[in-house]
Order: sequence, then C-alpha cells, then structure tokens
Amino acid sequence: MKSSVSLSWRFTKVWNRNLVVYRRIWMVNFITPLLEPLFYILAFGIGFSGLIGQVRYGGVELSYTKFIAPALIATAVMSNSFFETTYASFVRMYYQKTFDAMLATPLSLEEIIIAEIVWSATKAAAAAAIMLAVLALLGLIQLPQGLLLIPLAFIGGVAFGAIGMFFTGIIPSIDMFNLPIFLFITPMFLFSGTFFPISNLPQWVRPLALAVPLYHLTELARWFSLGIKETAPVASGGYLTMFIVFFTYLALKVMRKRLIR
Amino acid sequence: MKIIEVQDLHKQFNGLVAVDSISFSVERAEFFGLLGPNGAGKTTTIRMLYGFLPSTQGSIRLFGMDIQQDWRQIKARIGVCQQDNTLDPDLTVEQNLLVFSKYFSIPKREAYQRGAELLDFFALSHKKNAKVSELSGGMARRLILARALINQPDLLIMDEPTTGLDPQSKHQVWEKLETLKAGGLTALITTHNMEEASRLCDRLIIIDHGNILVEGRPQQLIAHYAGTNVVEVEGASQELRDYARLNHIEHDDLGRRMVLYGPDGSDLDNTIRERFCSAKCIYRNSTLEDVFLRLTGRELRE
Repeated sequence: MKSSVSLSWRFTKVWNRNLVVYRRIWMVNFITPLLEPLFYILAFGIGFSGLIGQVRYGGVELSYTKFIAPALIATAVMSNSFFETTYASFVRMYYQKTFDAMLATPLSLEEIIIAEIVWSATKAAAAAAIMLAVLALLGLIQLPQGLLLIPLAFIGGVAFGAIGMFFTGIIPSIDMFNLPIFLFITPMFLFSGTFFPISNLPQWVRPLALAVPLYHLTELARWFSLGIKETAPVASGGYLTMFIVFFTYLALKVMRKRLIR
Repeated sequence: MKIIEVQDLHKQFNGLVAVDSISFSVERAEFFGLLGPNGAGKTTTIRMLYGFLPSTQGSIRLFGMDIQQDWRQIKARIGVCQQDNTLDPDLTVEQNLLVFSKYFSIPKREAYQRGAELLDFFALSHKKNAKVSELSGGMARRLILARALINQPDLLIMDEPTTGLDPQSKHQVWEKLETLKAGGLTALITTHNMEEASRLCDRLIIIDHGNILVEGRPQQLIAHYAGTNVVEVEGASQELRDYARLNHIEHDDLGRRMVLYGPDGSDLDNTIRERFCSAKCIYRNSTLEDVFLRLTGRELRE
C-alpha cells in the first residue's frame, strides 16, 4: 500500500459496522446517558444546592444546577468518544484483529481510523441528544438554541476521539490507558470550568485550564444552552478545530506505524 | 495473463532481512503452495501480496496490476483468509458476511444471496444467527473462508487454512477447497501440513531464510528429493551405514535412526528387511514431508 494518505467515502462502511454493533446493544447505550445527568443533577443540584446556592459566571448569577447542566453534556461527550477510541478501538485492533481483516479489503488504513474517530463522535452526539432531552425537560437548558449542542457534541467528540486514537496508537498494553485517564481526563473533568468557574482557581492555574479542550467544549456548551460565556466562542471554536486537525494527523501517523509492521 | 507475478521481492524489518529475493508466478486456476519453516518469510510474503505491507524492493503484480499503485482494484478482486481468527465477535455469523460485503461495496440484495449460498456451501446455514464465539474451531475457519469468498474473488489467499483443526474439520475444509478448485478458482496457500500441500497444490515453492529453495509439482519434487519409498531404521548399525554409502543410497543419518530413500524400482525394502532390520523398521512411501525436512533441515526453529 502506498504511504500517501488515501481517504474516500468508504470510511462510512466501517462507521456502519460500529452502528450495527451499537444497535445490537442499544438498551445499554440508551440508558447510561439517560440516567447519568439525572444522577448528577440529583447529587449536585439537590445535595449540594444548600451549600452552594448561586454561581457567578460570565457576569450573571446562576443556580448551580443550571451552571453544571451544559458541563455534564460536555464531560459526557469527552468520556463517550475518548473511551470509544481508546478501550473499544484497542480491543477491536489488538484482540479482535478487526482492523487486520478490514485491511485485506479495499479499505485503506486512513478510512478505518477516520471511521473510528467519526464513530466515537457519533456516539458522543447520540448520548448528548439523550442528555439534552432530559436536561431540557428539567428546564436546565433553553430550547431551541440548545439543540446546537448536538452538532457541538459531534465536533467535541471528534476532538476527544482523535486524541484517544492517538493514545491507542502508542500504548503498549490496554492497562496503560490508566495513565492518560489519570493524567489527562480526570484533571480535565474536574478543573475545566465544569463544576466551578475557573475564576475560582488561583491565578497561575488558569492558563492551564484554558489550554485543555474540555474547557473550550464546556464554554461553547454553556453558550449554546444559556447564552452566557466567559471566553470568546470564536477562540474556543478555533482551539477545537486546531486540536482536531493536530491529533487526527498524529493518530493517523502512529496507527500506520503500529498496524503496518 | 498471470494471476500473480512476483519479481525479486525483498523485505527488511529494521535491518533484518525477512524476504531476501523471491520470484514466482501463479497461473489462472492454479493452486500454488508457499511452504517453509516458521520464520522463513511466508506470512511476510503473503502480507506484501495482498497489500498489507509495502515491500522494500521488487515488484508484485496481480492480474497484471501493480500492488503499490492499484491496490484498491486488486484488493476488490482477492479474498484473504488470514492466519489469525479475524472474525468479528461483535457480530453474528451472517452479519460477519454482510458487513464484510459492504467493504467491497456489494449491493445489499446480492450480498444476502451470496451470503446465504456461502453459508450453505460451508454447512453453516444452521448457525446463521449464532455468535461467532459459539462456533467450533472448524466452523470458525469455514466462516473465515466463506467471508473471504464473499466478493467472488479471482484469487484466494490463505495463510495456514487448516492449522489447529481436528482431522474431521481439516478434511472438510480440504473437500471444500477441492470443490472450489474444480470450479476454476486460483489460490495461494501457505501451510505446514505437507499432506495438505501435496493434496491441494498444483505447484509449490519451499522457502527458507527468505529465499526459494525449490520449486515444482509435489510429485515431481518427491521423486527427485525423496525417491518413491522410504525406510526408517531404528538402531541403525555400522554395516547399514557402510552399505548405504557404498551403494550410493540417498539417506539421512540421525544418529540412532537412519532414513533411507529408495528410487523408483529399487529393492531397498527387501534388502533392509532381510539384512539390516534388527529392531524397529518403518516402510512407507516417500512424502512431501521428506522433501521438506531434507531441504530445510531437522533443527528446531524459533
């Protein structure tokens, strides 16, 4: 096979393969995003509300549940897509040899990898749509502009799917995913303006929060749901675009090295 | 036009030579064998053939097209049965065929029909809705073959198609392959099973250390390198050794044991039986395994 990149519409065939599997266990895929926001809203909204009360964000006073609702979608997008292209893709690549089988057909490596990333984003968008329905019913997200969260979830999903795929390309064994999760995903989950505004962080830590993708995804999610923002949406959108381009390129590079031995 | 044409193929991995210089060609409707000990370069060669690996040097043409340039058209016309079980455990037996047919852009209706025919041919129709994990080793192998045939390939590439199967399953796979062969299919097979190679292959090459040791038809190779009949003598005496040497009888001296190869029309069996068989002696026909061991040596690999 040529080392030059070859990408065509055929990637949808691999995407379709994942959809077939997803539909087989649709109940599981449906219930998690349905219950997850309810648990969080119950725990933080009712459990914490007495302690926290209002949150000041973007110059506006907000109830705590309203503040975290868009962030719940953003973090779900992150975990759905990142876990898909790490654990799930790794299992397909390493244990099930699914990619090996595909590489004996007219599919190219690029098509397989792009399909995996796009699939992870699709899964994230589906989860976001279900969560959106729940959170909108609870009055925590405004409609119809909140519907923009679905395409946003897809874009965020591509970003986290791409970096997940990059880790899949370099990780020696499946247990070692603990490392990027502990060093990258968990801190982001906690410190990206998700559960408290980054203005609460010490001055010197703030640039760190601004440097991670979840911050920008959360910002955009909040802007779409509530119309309030802290950072210019153009900057966040630009950041996510750059992130996607950079990590998709890296993911393709390391996966080629890994698979074409 | 030749189906496969390989010229001066060379592959290096980090400075290590896996395939040195291999050239061969395969004609239409021919079953061609690629034999060799572990690490000889078989799987590497096969992977380069179906465009999985780029070659370091040399040319590979399938159906007259270059694999580096026209890999997509070539891959659309070949079926590959890999050594590992690469079936999709997340899908049912039938879904494995249907999802795979999409990779070849086969229209849905045609894929259903073709899938049903293949399941029938490989005696898997009753397992249509089963999970792949519920299949026995033989069934899984048959499904991999069925999947490799979903695009009605002009060339079937098989990497050890019967390794690890019980005798019943193995013979069933052989019968299916013979039926396909009678139907005019072209195939390339690697195998460690010499019975398989002599039974299925019209022509074969034995490779070792990345080079071709020999090429020919199985029977012709056997006659040339191992005669027609073999006598294995346990506890071979010095007299037997002298006798073999003096009479220029082809033989391998393995210490306690001696293997002697008798050409067509020789009276080797009787001579040994009467004069040199003190303990256990085995009289049998020469096989491809004799050829293989004589050419690649008896030392363990790996």
